Amino acid sequence: MKKLFVFGLAVIFCSVFALVGTATAKKFKVAMVTDVGGVNDQSFNQSAWEGLKRAKKELGIKIAYKESRQDADYAPNMETLTDAEFDLIWGIGFLMGDAIKSTAMINPDQNYAIIDFSYGPETPKNVGCAVFQEEQPSFLVGYIAGRMTKTNKVGFVGGIKFPLIERFEYGFMAGVKLANPKCEILRQYAESFTDAAKGKAIANNMYQQGADIVFHASGGVGDGVIEAAKEKGKWAIGVDKDQNFLAPDNVLTSAMKRVDIAIYHMSNTMVKGEFKGGETVVYNLSNNGVGIAPTSSKHVPKSILDEVDGLIGKIKAGEIVVPSTNDAYMSFIK
Amino acid sequence: MMEALIKDIGFIIGTTLMYSTPLIFTSLGGVITERSGVVNIGLEGMMCFGAFAGAAGAYFSQDPWIGFACAAIAGGLLALLHAIACVSFAAEQIVSGIAINFMGTGAALFISRMLFDGATQTLTIPNKMPLPLNFLFGEGKMFASSGFMDLVFNRFATVYIAFLMVFLIWFILYKTKIGMRVRAVGENPEAANTLGISVVKIRYGAVIMSGVFAGLGGAAMSIAVVSRFSNTLISGHGFIALAAMIFGKWKPQGALVACLLFGGAKGVEIFLGAKGVPVPGDILAILPYVLTIVVLVGVVGKTTPPGAIGKIFDKGESA
Repeated sequence: MKKLFVFGLAVIFCSVFALVGTATAKKFKVAMVTDVGGVNDQSFNQSAWEGLKRAKKELGIKIAYKESRQDADYAPNMETLTDAEFDLIWGIGFLMGDAIKSTAMINPDQNYAIIDFSYGPETPKNVGCAVFQEEQPSFLVGYIAGRMTKTNKVGFVGGIKFPLIERFEYGFMAGVKLANPKCEILRQYAESFTDAAKGKAIANNMYQQGADIVFHASGGVGDGVIEAAKEKGKWAIGVDKDQNFLAPDNVLTSAMKRVDIAIYHMSNTMVKGEFKGGETVVYNLSNNGVGIAPTSSKHVPKSILDEVDGLIGKIKAGEIVVPSTNDAYMSFIK
Repeated sequence: MMEALIKDIGFIIGTTLMYSTPLIFTSLGGVITERSGVVNIGLEGMMCFGAFAGAAGAYFSQDPWIGFACAAIAGGLLALLHAIACVSFAAEQIVSGIAINFMGTGAALFISRMLFDGATQTLTIPNKMPLPLNFLFGEGKMFASSGFMDLVFNRFATVYIAFLMVFLIWFILYKTKIGMRVRAVGENPEAANTLGISVVKIRYGAVIMSGVFAGLGGAAMSIAVVSRFSNTLISGHGFIALAAMIFGKWKPQGALVACLLFGGAKGVEIFLGAKGVPVPGDILAILPYVLTIVVLVGVVGKTTPPGAIGKIFDKGESA
């Protein structure tokens, strides 16, 4: 009898809550599919999730995520979230490009968005794309490296050579050359985003060749680069997020990509009813989508940071156009 | 010119040693278990779990040696599961190994999330493996810093331990009674059984030791090569170690050579990449793998595994 009473009470409560729930204004629901890094990868996916958490707090939306164990999970995860009726579904990372496009074609009434990928004119009407101008923060850290090198030699370690990583490379090189035209730049690609030992060997070699600052845009390979800097007492420059915590005395600065800001911003446009599919939003210094790490002031003298601020102003004003390809770089340094 | 060349060679050898060390530990583990007749393709998972346990242990205890011990225990525990499945319950060894691979990686990430605030990677460990010969190098010491000797011999303790272990395992396998029993069980368990050797005990021991060594291999990565565990740290190393063991004809010294060859190819690849040779980086990146296959086919020739490998041993009490 008592059990029945409790059960009845529970039913009543539930229905009351359900009624309250439907009575309030429609709650927007936004979800994201992580890539294989998982939601707490201290990098890209985590930054995305932080953006959604901020949106939840400030915009009162409902949020969720689904993690991918392998590349083959992207499309099924998209399908699962589509069936769960979210208002907007994010794919984190360019690897999800194909999965999002094919899912979006089949479900034309569902809105999707993707980080780090643009389909250009081919973008489906229900997909929003967010890309970053990686060359801009790379340019700034390059400038810092060029100003701070004592050996007139700096290094760049890339993950796998494709246009996105090349934006880091050429932006960095342009920054170095602007600060210090005589500075030599060693460059090497690891052809991997996971091989930390290779990153360490490459960076060790660069330090041995006389470089004193090495910038990496290479994911897990960068763990090795930062390790080499730590062991040799040299500088490394981090990427994507503030990597100073990995080696507080050896990470000079980091070229940050604010995935959280992009996610928050685009989710906000959706809440306001201004979400436009079929378009690509570019995140750069002007909308705070990229920048240098806040911990830079620990090791970089204020005078140099002031110069960097000056550069930021010039880039925002369009006086400096940071090169992102080899051709643009060649004409930049002329 | 000459000096630069010597330094370059020093760099390649140093890189070889760094790359090979985790592989040497793990492939030794492979040698031990397979010589007892149990296939273990779960080395990758054990390595990953060991890498995590090593970094976590070293982080919380602030002592790399405790981390190293944690890695051995973690790898051994995972291997115990493999032993229970394959030795006690006569499960298909390949299938169990695949399961161990998933489990090792999964358990590492799962426990990492519990201990490190939801992150699939540990924080940076406060103290790394020591450099036992570091006192010999530097200003006014026996050898100049970043000279040839420094580049080659100023290595983490794990490197020296790996080489010692190769000798130790060789000695145990070929010069002691217990080693002979392990080999006998791997070649002909029925005959060994009739001579009163406990096939089950020997195999349990060998499989657990393989996990211990794979765990140490993982830790050689997470507390010496770098100083934390991350979810991509062990990506394929276990399988390369497995290949090195086969390539080394199931012998500790053979596995050592195979691991050094692979590491050496990596060193050359990185060196050539740095020199800016006009070869695309992705072509260079496949060099170690191509070289391994070429040497395997061309130089090593036919390899013969232990006689009873992968076969289920049934004492025949029920028959």
